[in-house]
Amino acid sequence: MTDVVAMKGRSLWIDAWNRLKANRAAIISAIYLCFIVLLTIIGPNLTGHEFTTQYPSYVRVPPSIEPYPKADKLDQEIKEIITRAHLTLKEWKQEGGRFLVTVTSTKPIDDRVTRYLDRSDSFKDGKVESKSTDGMEMTLSASVQHLYFFFGTDISGRDLLTRTLMAGRVSLLVGLLAGMVAVTIGVLYGSVSGFLGGKTDEFMMRIVDILYALPFTFFVIMLVVFFGRNFMLMFLAIGAVLWLDMARIVRGQTLSLKRQEYVQAAEAMGVNSWGILMRHIIPNMLGPIIIYVTLLVPQVIILESFLSYLGLGVQEPMSSWGVQISQGSRNMEGASYLLIIPALFLTSTLFALNFIGDGLRDALDPKDR
Amino acid sequence: MLRYVFRRLLTAIPTLFLIITISFFLMHIAPGGPFNMERGIPPEIKANIERVFHLDEPVWMQYFRYLGNLAHGDLGPSYILINFSVAELFAQSLPVSIRIGSWAMLLSLVVGSAMGVLAALRHNKFIDFFIVTLATGGSTLPTFVTAPLIQLIFGLTLHWIWIGGWHDGELSAAIGPIVTLALPQLATVARLMRGSMIEALNGHHIRTARAMGLSDFSVVVKHAMRGALLPIVSYAGPAAAGLVTGSIIVETIFQIPGVGRAFIDGALNRDYTLVMGTVILIAIFTILFNFLSDLLYALVDPRVRYD
Repeated sequence: MTDVVAMKGRSLWIDAWNRLKANRAAIISAIYLCFIVLLTIIGPNLTGHEFTTQYPSYVRVPPSIEPYPKADKLDQEIKEIITRAHLTLKEWKQEGGRFLVTVTSTKPIDDRVTRYLDRSDSFKDGKVESKSTDGMEMTLSASVQHLYFFFGTDISGRDLLTRTLMAGRVSLLVGLLAGMVAVTIGVLYGSVSGFLGGKTDEFMMRIVDILYALPFTFFVIMLVVFFGRNFMLMFLAIGAVLWLDMARIVRGQTLSLKRQEYVQAAEAMGVNSWGILMRHIIPNMLGPIIIYVTLLVPQVIILESFLSYLGLGVQEPMSSWGVQISQGSRNMEGASYLLIIPALFLTSTLFALNFIGDGLRDALDPKDR
Repeated sequence: MLRYVFRRLLTAIPTLFLIITISFFLMHIAPGGPFNMERGIPPEIKANIERVFHLDEPVWMQYFRYLGNLAHGDLGPSYILINFSVAELFAQSLPVSIRIGSWAMLLSLVVGSAMGVLAALRHNKFIDFFIVTLATGGSTLPTFVTAPLIQLIFGLTLHWIWIGGWHDGELSAAIGPIVTLALPQLATVARLMRGSMIEALNGHHIRTARAMGLSDFSVVVKHAMRGALLPIVSYAGPAAAGLVTGSIIVETIFQIPGVGRAFIDGALNRDYTLVMGTVILIAIFTILFNFLSDLLYALVDPRVRYD
């Protein structure tokens, strides 16, 4: 007797994984997408700014890797503060990291004048250093507050980096959730229709045909306008629009799967329809479903951004990439980074998702090509 | 053929009817109305206005009244632009949208197929790679990204085009929206054309044509392209209808007084008749273009028969 060495079989999924690994564009895109997802999840906590904090001194400052305030702006800044405090500036100098200002007035100066320094975004811990005997001249000190705005700030003086990452979180979340809504409806509808077949199938697919003819962009806009700008409603509206393709794909797959021997075996063993659907049909369609999901998520993100662009989507102070692009395009004169930065994030993410989708299609559905 | 045309037109009626019904009830069930202004108007005046427009009647009566008027071709008066009927508003906005849309369609069909053919003829060469990259970009970038970028580069920086307004359809005002509308379609046409052209060039009839000593031009244009055009024809119908829908964003960004803008303004002001009118208009366009592209399909491909 010779020993028979069992050959290790290659499953469909291992095969697919190997094919996917060979696709460099898809792998790079997947890594990039993971990076973006991580960045939007933890990034907003690392920037040192809240996404709602407004810095009145830094409205629409351009992106810079150096800290604000810039050295040449200090003079103007201190003059403005002193004017606001109704004082006269005598001189100012910088000494060992501290900032010294000498001010005069026609009246005795109150010690609480340091608040004017603290209130500004450029300075912190203002103190009274010395005071003349008549109280009409005073030397104040404060340290310069260094703030980093790597992507600049928006028109309300909020850090654009933090806001872009927060917006990304919203856009990706909407994409994923509304995508899930669409896929769930589509898979259930399509598989039930295909599995039951006959008159029911014909009736259900006729409904899909009719829905296809409706001008959906218009319906979504009408829904959102007339029933208020509700976040949940937006999910439902987007999900309700995009499930049609999924339903058609799934129905086609179901029609061919339900004639397989293992489905007949299950039927013979008395498994009910719902059990067969959940245990045998839907798991066997995972390939096309996964492919479609990766292609659906960018569509949802685009639709959400489109609604947000029209002011019908996510509302302030929350943001999404669509909202940011819309605000950026309204203020791009002289501050083009407001448009370009969120646009770059959005498009690179869309590209990555498309490449992953294409890669998955090649990997999971080799017959297709 | 005639029977097919007749049947298609007949099936369009229930679809249209359904669209009208859904939109009508969707709008009227929603809270608020066209005359719920923030600056409150005296209730008796509001009641009078609503009586004039029959808004005080039950919704189902309004619905049948609307259908009745529609059967006479009357889209009703605009609720917000008091002195205009919806038909008059369309008489102003539709030509603008059609003009932009048809130029965009022409541009994407001509340039897109040319690029697709070029890529197919130089398959796997640099130019092919270049065109494929361009097409991928064109179909991935959403309109609301390309439009402001075009405004930024060609309007604000280079000062070649107007960044907003229609200016009576002057070229420097119309070119921005036309190109923005055309880009995604152009990319898709180029991709489709490249794919079908590569397939066509490998066909037996092309080998025969070459063996018979026909010129390159004749082989490519007369024999390969005719078959390769089929997917473009079936794509062009829905695409043409989509141009009108796509114009919502383009018309908003470039401030073009077209149908898309009319719809958005109407929806935001709850101008019921204007919104209904636009939805009906778009639905008719969609049905019509799909029908035309199916007919055209039969003309290009003699194997397709409708009976």
